[in-house]
Amino acid sequence: MVFLLIFVPLIIAVAALVVPSNRWRPWLIPLAGVIHLGMTVWTLSCAHPVAGLQGWLALDPLGKLVLGLISVIFTICGFYAPAYLALRPERQNRFFCACLLGMLGMMTLVVLSHHLGLMWVAIEATTLCTAPLLFFNHSARSLEATWKYLLIGSVGIALALLGSFFLAYSSLHAGLVPTLLLDDLVKMAPQLSRPWLHAAFVLLLVGYGTKMGLAPMHTWKPDAYGEAPGLVGALLAGGVTSCAFLSILRFYQICLAAPEAAFAREILVFIGLFSMAVAAVFMVRQRDFKRMLAYSSVEHMGILVLGIGLGGLAAFGALLHMITNGVTKGVLFLSAGNIHRAYGSKLTDDVRGAMRRLPVSGVTFLAGFLIVTGSPPGGPFISEFTILTGAINGGHYAVAALYLAVLAIVFIGMGTTVLRVVQGVPSPQAASTAYRDRPQLVIPILIFLGLSILLGLYIPNSLTTALHDAVAYLEVKP
Amino acid sequence: MKDFIDPILVVVLLLNFVALGASRLRTLIQAVAVQGILLGFMIVMAHGSFMIWVALMAGATVALKGVVIPRMLFHAVREVVIRREVEPIVGFVASLFLGAVGTALALLFSKTLPIAHDHMSSLVVPASLSTVLTGFLILTTRSKAITQVVGYLILENGVFIFGLLLMEAIPFLVELGVLLDLFVAIFVMGIIIHKISREFSSVSTSMLSELKE
Repeated sequence: MVFLLIFVPLIIAVAALVVPSNRWRPWLIPLAGVIHLGMTVWTLSCAHPVAGLQGWLALDPLGKLVLGLISVIFTICGFYAPAYLALRPERQNRFFCACLLGMLGMMTLVVLSHHLGLMWVAIEATTLCTAPLLFFNHSARSLEATWKYLLIGSVGIALALLGSFFLAYSSLHAGLVPTLLLDDLVKMAPQLSRPWLHAAFVLLLVGYGTKMGLAPMHTWKPDAYGEAPGLVGALLAGGVTSCAFLSILRFYQICLAAPEAAFAREILVFIGLFSMAVAAVFMVRQRDFKRMLAYSSVEHMGILVLGIGLGGLAAFGALLHMITNGVTKGVLFLSAGNIHRAYGSKLTDDVRGAMRRLPVSGVTFLAGFLIVTGSPPGGPFISEFTILTGAINGGHYAVAALYLAVLAIVFIGMGTTVLRVVQGVPSPQAASTAYRDRPQLVIPILIFLGLSILLGLYIPNSLTTALHDAVAYLEVKP
Repeated sequence: MKDFIDPILVVVLLLNFVALGASRLRTLIQAVAVQGILLGFMIVMAHGSFMIWVALMAGATVALKGVVIPRMLFHAVREVVIRREVEPIVGFVASLFLGAVGTALALLFSKTLPIAHDHMSSLVVPASLSTVLTGFLILTTRSKAITQVVGYLILENGVFIFGLLLMEAIPFLVELGVLLDLFVAIFVMGIIIHKISREFSSVSTSMLSELKE
């Protein structure tokens, strides 16, 4: 099963390269999504542990959460893809489809790998798969975005490789058999050489933090999300960043087992708050609504590492937030993509009255904004509130106050931009473009929206159990 | 065999300075190619015994880092040439000076990281860190897209040098995966450089400044 989860998307990717019809090829994406989702549901419901390759591949409680998330996001986005690509008949979509499917396979490999070297290879592979996706529009601006994404991402990941080597060396230095297997490292964590462990954690946080988009390593994000098709933005913001987050959690787990909790927690809390603050600064008076979404992603990545750094209840909130944020980002990016297409611009100077011009996408964009900034009854409200409760219960009053202040600034900053987009009367030339909301392009958004509201109203027991398992698995007692 | 590692590492460090001071793209790429080949030799020496997978690994490193990737870069230079100079943002003398400072810092920093075993040269860690820093320096202070790729390669070489300490820990499969990723990354970057040169009729990344706040 482990191998099927990884290889089925890759096989379908090869099929996408072979299929000659530009019109029918995109249907392979939802097909792969449905198969992957089916296998994921089957795997998650099966009681016996899933593993392979002598401990190299295994599905642990943290992996279960991320696997479920990426599978759901990919499937919903998959149904959006054929309709989106049908709007672009002039563009050859062979590589687009293949890279999208390859990205699914590589994300699955990241989730399943318990060998840190293999995980590195998979993460770098997701970077390489996404580069052609960003370049889909073949414009000068998308070229610039792709270049920055590829170069900054690759350099960041090279540092993560150095960090992984440092970690392996810390076991060698302690006189143990050097290894990069996660389970062995967690077991021998208390004996690891401390200076090397510290240096490794910092390098890994910088490296995978670049991929996740934490400030100050986030500079590729506004460009990449701004130029990528909405569909790719949704997958990057919900899927790839969650995978990078998972890889940071892997090393955090080793630090906790070491036990070097205080060291790791301090860094995570600081970088989390810093990312939130930087994102808030750039979100105020942001004229480009797709770049605004990128900064929103930076902010939410900050919330994730902040919650993990606070630990306990806040860690539970952070893992829940990974899911609620991922689903809500689907609403925002796909709606923004539709609005962008209808107006041919993503600047608030040109885009007005989206609610009149696009009755569905405009409203979902507004709803997505309200939910992602933590308004009830959305899912992020529950998760952000849990993190706040965790911070206050833990006695981190200053952190809680800063957290609330930044959330308020973000709400106002993002609100100004979003309201400008959705309110008012569309200009005559915007009304004249051919694009209209159509079912295939809005139903996926409505599903995302439904899921994110559902998570705010009712969290299924199985998810609560999975989250508790994941926190217990992460916060190992040394 | 291991006695040879130290002298080779010194050559690698010198090549960093050659790269920092290079004013022509050709010299820069040649320096990286030689570094790649030396890396392959060091893999064999670090391991001591000569097994098939060591030979394969060393062969793959030499082939990719010493031959294939440099050839791709030379091809890119020929294909998109406008001017063959490096076009530094920070001058060569200043770069060399920064490189020297970086190497000194790497030596100092590696003192704080304890090195346990006696069977490996003590120069590996500082050489690795200083190469990583050199890569960074070239990445950030040169404006051509190709030079940025070379900077990335030097940075990767630095990471690989550290990997010499861990020959037993890193399975063959993973090392091969890392090399493959590196190759594909450079390949994709090559394609983008080609597109940049077509789009802007220049390969300078200073043209890539439209996206900003």
